[in-house]
Amino acid sequence: MSERKGVVPGLVKGLATTARTLTRHTHTAEYPDVRPELPPRSRGVIALLAENCTSCMLCARECPDWCIYIDAHKETVPAATPGGRERQRNVLDRFAIDYSLCMYCGICVEVCPFDALFWSPQFEYSELDIRDLLHEKERLGAWVETVPPPPALDPAAAEPAEVASQRGPVRPVRARSGA
Amino acid sequence: MSVLEIVLRAAAALAALLLLPLLVGQTEHKVMAHMQGRLGPMYAGAYHGWAQLVADGVKFVQKEDIVPAAADKRVFKLAPGVALVPYLLALAAIPIHPGFAIAEVPAGVIYVMAATSIGVLGTLMAGWASANKYALIGAMRSAAQLLSYELPMVLAVASVALAAGTLSLGGIVEAWTPIWLLWQLPGALVFLAAAVAELQRPPFDMPIADSEIVFGPYTEYTGLRFALFLLSEYAGIVVMSLLFATFYLGGWRGPLDDTLGWLWTLLKGFAIAIVMIWLRVSWPRLREDQLQRFAWLGLIPLALLQLALTAVGVVYLQ
Repeated sequence: MSERKGVVPGLVKGLATTARTLTRHTHTAEYPDVRPELPPRSRGVIALLAENCTSCMLCARECPDWCIYIDAHKETVPAATPGGRERQRNVLDRFAIDYSLCMYCGICVEVCPFDALFWSPQFEYSELDIRDLLHEKERLGAWVETVPPPPALDPAAAEPAEVASQRGPVRPVRARSGA
Repeated sequence: MSVLEIVLRAAAALAALLLLPLLVGQTEHKVMAHMQGRLGPMYAGAYHGWAQLVADGVKFVQKEDIVPAAADKRVFKLAPGVALVPYLLALAAIPIHPGFAIAEVPAGVIYVMAATSIGVLGTLMAGWASANKYALIGAMRSAAQLLSYELPMVLAVASVALAAGTLSLGGIVEAWTPIWLLWQLPGALVFLAAAVAELQRPPFDMPIADSEIVFGPYTEYTGLRFALFLLSEYAGIVVMSLLFATFYLGGWRGPLDDTLGWLWTLLKGFAIAIVMIWLRVSWPRLREDQLQRFAWLGLIPLALLQLALTAVGVVYLQ
């Protein structure tokens, strides 16, 4: 009957645990009356800064879900100086992200070479009709104002490569000897 | 006692029966929530959800009244009343203030024990009349449980009556002395355990456990009838807490009890109700056989021991 000896201490410990929890402050946040405290770099929605976009199509190609739709055409720009060459520019006609497909992986934001896509923590854009989850260029541009400034870098992190390469090598370069 | 006074007293008992369980129920929501690290109802009534049970009452009243086709209709419809009214009768006999109980009953102890036992019939009627095998199994388990726990409760209460030398509830409160907190302690623990089992509260809620047996005898009930069963559970908590306070904690006794006696009764009863809520949150459910074993092999010997202890004490103090 050695298990029986353990009954009363277990019961008392149960009572003590619930009593202790009763006295602790409750961390429940009553959304939607209280805004949630989101961590930095939270991924809610992708914003498009259209003036940076050159229609390189990297984001549409790299998206694993094929949820970015881009239409663009080329326009010729007259020569800047007389006798100069005419230039060609891409003009963005349509840029749409389908949030019913998007899996919030962030590959499009990472891969954009021109910093045209940004993460925003805004998440309250659920719709009653799934077709309303296709955000066109205008709506994606409107999300830009919700994009927060980039968070401070971690002081304990390693130096970024762009800075480290400017500084030069750690060891002094030895002059090569010999023929 | 004039007819007017009788009507007023009856109305007071009814008001207490309808309001005190709501207070206990709201306390349970909040205390259980905070013990589990949650907040409980916050929305109904704007200030920390005080009107949650009022909203629940309104919700139950506006539901469709369903009686199963194969059910025994008259018994099915009467069962909630049979479960609730005995607690009204028991509540009326409890001495709230020095020299005042809503109904003065000479052999109060026997009356109260008998009244609370009738409530068992409500559960049995519900289970039998529901034409549902889960309800029937639940009702049979309920019957076994409630019968088993009647005996320890009656023995514990007999010990209190022996110590006080009277069967009147008011007399017991007047005969109470602080030494009873030690002298009657085993009996108090037996009474508390038996009361929680009589009310089918966790950890003794096997007959109505929803993960085991849907909701036992109350499975087929909806709307106002269901609400009356829930009300009878909380009314039972109120009655048993007040009885515990009357028997073991001195009822209305306390400083300034000639004016504040009613306050002491309510506070002591409320404290015991919180203990019952605390037990519900902390302990897992007992299996049916564990429950029976605890009653017959644990509580009854302890209650008999208490009875012997009381008898010795009474003779010694003569």
